[in-house]
Amino acid sequence: MSLRTLLLTVGGPAALLLSVAVAVTIGPADISTGDVWASVAAHLGFGESTLAPLRDGIVWNLRMPRTLLAAVCGAGLAVCGAVMQSLLRNPLADPFVLGVSSGASTGAVAVVVLGVGGGVVSLSAGAFVGALLSFAMVLLLSHVLGGSTDRVVLSGVAAMQLFSALTSFIVLTSADAETTRGVLFWLLGSLSGADWGQVVLCAVVLAVVLAVCLGYARTLDAFAFGDDAAAGLGVRVARTRLALLCATALLTAALVSCAGAIGFVGLVLPHATRALTGSGHARLLPVTALTGAVFLVWVDTAARTVLDPQEVPVGVVTSLIGVPAFVAVLYRGRGKA
Amino acid sequence: MTSLQAQDVVRRIARQVIVDGVTLTLRPGETVGLLGPNGSGKSTLLRLLAGVLAPTTGVVTLDGRPLPDVGRRATARRIATVEQHAHTQTELTVRDVVALGRIPHRRAWTPATAADTEAVTAALARTGLTDRADQSWHTLSGGERQRTQIARALAQEPRELLLDEPTNHLDIQHQLDLLDLVATLPVTTVIALHDLNLAAMYCDRLLVLREGRAVAEGTPADVLTPALIEQVYGVRAEVTDEPGHPVIRFLRRRY
Repeated sequence: MSLRTLLLTVGGPAALLLSVAVAVTIGPADISTGDVWASVAAHLGFGESTLAPLRDGIVWNLRMPRTLLAAVCGAGLAVCGAVMQSLLRNPLADPFVLGVSSGASTGAVAVVVLGVGGGVVSLSAGAFVGALLSFAMVLLLSHVLGGSTDRVVLSGVAAMQLFSALTSFIVLTSADAETTRGVLFWLLGSLSGADWGQVVLCAVVLAVVLAVCLGYARTLDAFAFGDDAAAGLGVRVARTRLALLCATALLTAALVSCAGAIGFVGLVLPHATRALTGSGHARLLPVTALTGAVFLVWVDTAARTVLDPQEVPVGVVTSLIGVPAFVAVLYRGRGKA
Repeated sequence: MTSLQAQDVVRRIARQVIVDGVTLTLRPGETVGLLGPNGSGKSTLLRLLAGVLAPTTGVVTLDGRPLPDVGRRATARRIATVEQHAHTQTELTVRDVVALGRIPHRRAWTPATAADTEAVTAALARTGLTDRADQSWHTLSGGERQRTQIARALAQEPRELLLDEPTNHLDIQHQLDLLDLVATLPVTTVIALHDLNLAAMYCDRLLVLREGRAVAEGTPADVLTPALIEQVYGVRAEVTDEPGHPVIRFLRRRY
């Protein structure tokens, strides 16, 4: 095992663990790393918590789920981005390229603004349904158009435009100022509403989808020289692409419905990680899951503390960091296209 | 004995017939040249033989079994393809590209075996790329890229190798280097070529296509006659019989 592999397999998870532990201590209420351990240990059934209920609540009910959801979202978005970039042979593909985020936003505003579902359906559920509907539309459209990778991307762009327009239309015609502000905040991506239910749901979907994608790691490598080359290497191209697009769309839909459309993580982190691991997906996918998780934990910590007491949507911060990184990706790729 | 066989294969796209009832039987170890003008169906026939494309009618068999029954992965362990122009945006080393050839041999969730590493090392050595193994694919010249693709194909440990105009875009030295390499490989080879002289030099047998149909088949000396060249390519040529293979000299048009 090379030194780099050792560093990545030991250092990666350690960095994530440390990031979570430290990020939980940061915030207006003064919490120490010891308090975090005490609270977590108590809730996992190891001994009694010595913390006051209020401080314990801050750790266990507020900061812990939020930090973990940041980690899960970061990991999931980075994995989805890496898979999409390989599958669509497009370095600019990200988890939202198939219109999942715009579909989610339309679903969310349909519930919040129009009251679809009569109050029984939550914003998350609406977003999830919207995301899957939009994805289904993209699949159908790209199939009708011939099914090649650029048709998939173009169908995604079409869906994105359509659902963004629908969302804007609903918000501008039906929402009051307060609702608009709330919806806008969610659309930009925010982890402020995180709870344990969301953490568990997203973590389970992430685990399943990551395992599936790792099973297809070699297959994803095979797409490097295009569909025909992949087929020549024994890959059932159409079936594989459909299976992986569905898996990543499902994960993206789950993440978006919990945390909104957090941009740029899925676009930039896989590229940054490739510099570390090379292009082989067996290494790229687990490592980019870790880099994505660590990245979003820290970005969210910044988002909720920098302008304290005001909170910045985490999607705004990722984009502020992401745009220069995006330009760097394009700059490095010049002359290769 | 046959290895790979196409029986009366037809491939249509919409109403257009690309390959029209071609039959080709490969004998183990031989090198078959596929000739014909642009759009005559050479590439499509190769894709049909590789099983990447399904024939509209007719069947392609491997050791007597239709390719769909053999299965995609098992087919890829027997038949390797080299395209005329490989392109990627992914950042890969030469070794990474060659290792792609092991994909049909590998199982999900498991690391590379000793056999995988060995096959990659052997393929790199055979194609003279050992020194370049850790170099980026994007820094290679056209000839080196094609050799890397052949190394990748060899890593598949195929018994049948299909090459689609592999010498396009190469200078004459690299064309000869590449074909010399291909000729020494212990595999059954089908190679689409534009250059009739190269086909005459390196192929045991030729199949000539025109508008999707096979118009001639046989040894280079039998097939490459002035009459056939005129019929298929619409140009005039003189053919002289040199020892070993015919030599074609094209003539200027007279107006």
